Amino acid sequence: MALLEVKNLTKFFRGLRALNNVNMEVDKGEILGLIGPNGAGKTTLFNNITGFYRPDGGQVLFKGENITGLEPHEVCQRGIARTFQLVKPFAELTVLDNVMIGSFSRTSSRTEAWQQAQRMLDFTGLPDRDEQLAKELTIPDRKRLELARALATEPELLLLDEVMTGLNPTESAAAQELIRKVRDGGVTILVIEHVMRAVMSISDRIVVLHYGEVIAQGTPKEISQNERVIESYLGRASFA
Amino acid sequence: MNWGLVLIILGLVILLILPQFLSPFLLSLAILILFWAYLGQCWNIMTGYTGQFSFGHAAYFGIGAYTSTWLLVNMGVNPWIGMIIGGIFAMLFGLFVGYLAFRSGLRHIYFALTTFAFAMVLLFTSSNLAIINKTMGIQVPLIGGDSWLHFQFETTRVPYYYIMLGMMVVSIIVTYLIGRSKLGYYFKAIREDQDAAASLGVNLLRYKMTGMGISSFMTALGGTFYAQYFYYIDPDLVFGFFLNVEILLAPVLGGVGTLFGPVLGALVLTPLSELTRALIRQPPGFLPFLLALQGRAGVDIMLYGLILIVVIIFLPQGLVGWIRRLGRRGHRYLEV
Repeated sequence: MALLEVKNLTKFFRGLRALNNVNMEVDKGEILGLIGPNGAGKTTLFNNITGFYRPDGGQVLFKGENITGLEPHEVCQRGIARTFQLVKPFAELTVLDNVMIGSFSRTSSRTEAWQQAQRMLDFTGLPDRDEQLAKELTIPDRKRLELARALATEPELLLLDEVMTGLNPTESAAAQELIRKVRDGGVTILVIEHVMRAVMSISDRIVVLHYGEVIAQGTPKEISQNERVIESYLGRASFA
Repeated sequence: MNWGLVLIILGLVILLILPQFLSPFLLSLAILILFWAYLGQCWNIMTGYTGQFSFGHAAYFGIGAYTSTWLLVNMGVNPWIGMIIGGIFAMLFGLFVGYLAFRSGLRHIYFALTTFAFAMVLLFTSSNLAIINKTMGIQVPLIGGDSWLHFQFETTRVPYYYIMLGMMVVSIIVTYLIGRSKLGYYFKAIREDQDAAASLGVNLLRYKMTGMGISSFMTALGGTFYAQYFYYIDPDLVFGFFLNVEILLAPVLGGVGTLFGPVLGALVLTPLSELTRALIRQPPGFLPFLLALQGRAGVDIMLYGLILIVVIIFLPQGLVGWIRRLGRRGHRYLEV
């Protein structure tokens, strides 16, 4: 059974059909890439899965349970964590405190939250955590922080919204390695990404959204050869 | 050796023996400083930590003052018990306001204005309510003599000092404990970014309501103290327009969202305000220009306005932020 099932999901914004009968599944243990042009509805789909938006139709099932219309914190407690396209650090708090807030979703003990946050920071490779405020971090480090914080909630499914966009090739490679490491730790990953090279190399499968509809899904190789995807999104030259 | 702890214990010892050395005037001043520090801390627990800006804390203060005093006068209820009942009433009212505002997603200025509107509703309602003597207010019946049991001291103000000191210390301890617990982390997460907080499992409504409940309960206790200390309350005194501002001045000057900000702010503001009042009442010869203001009310309020402007421009993080910058991270014990 799929870990996450999205069934006929539909979302309107004042008559604009942002998502139109979206059907997709995320299998346990995979990295699923979600691609599509700007405005295709990728982030809208994330927001509908994680409770920030209420869908106008359709269902979201997580481990077989209907989680459609739950509040964001309830979705998190069920085991789905996310990052934001525009990172949202708790700017005036230290790096460690940022991650501890994630840890507190699984424990009320400050000591346990502290230990768990330290582990997550070790895992994602963020040093200097006691003193440094989140607002002082560089962009790549803010993305790491966002990841560490999300992982601290101990998710089974992690939704990453453009964590590699805006990174240079070295940073992007490090991020890919980190994402694989997260998956190897047993977390299923759904990733929105614009950097085509990155998403092709990291994903086990890819789903393509276009104007709120799924127009293709398959392995990276299948997607890169799919006529419709090439027409509407990739363009002929980009994968030469 | 933990210098922060040493400093705190030293400060506490000084505060405990202080009344022995104070003239009656300075004792009253000390009580007022503690009083404003306490109220500031009550406001700070909610606004400083959850970031939900309350501009209507006079509502809870007034509910506390009126509940205990009305119960005392009409039902003979002991003020200590009335204090707790007033706290509960204020908390219920706070939760009601909070539920309406938070549920409809009011943020920032809209939330502040909503809390202010409710405080104003109480001001006008109490001014027209016959059961609490409308604008004539209520006198606390004097029993004569000094009695801890009856929360009334005729011959000395020292017990009031210790009561207020106790309340102030408890408010700091509560803030400290909240700041170190999951609750405090969640409060700060809400203050910093609500979407991120929700995505990490923070139930926004529940934690905002918790902050509101704690803050409104504690603020009401200050209202009862006020009634028992001054023996008289009326709508303008305890629900008044400017009280909403006065309550938040100390933490804003001292440092919003810091443990000792309200105390520091009250320590500077209260003497300043008393001094202004004294100067205006009887301008000294070397300040002739003040004669024009003699006997006029409201100068202290103008002073407040001026201080607020200066603080917002030059000390956006308050005195605590300023000290911390001076010490460059050497004073972390000032915050939670």
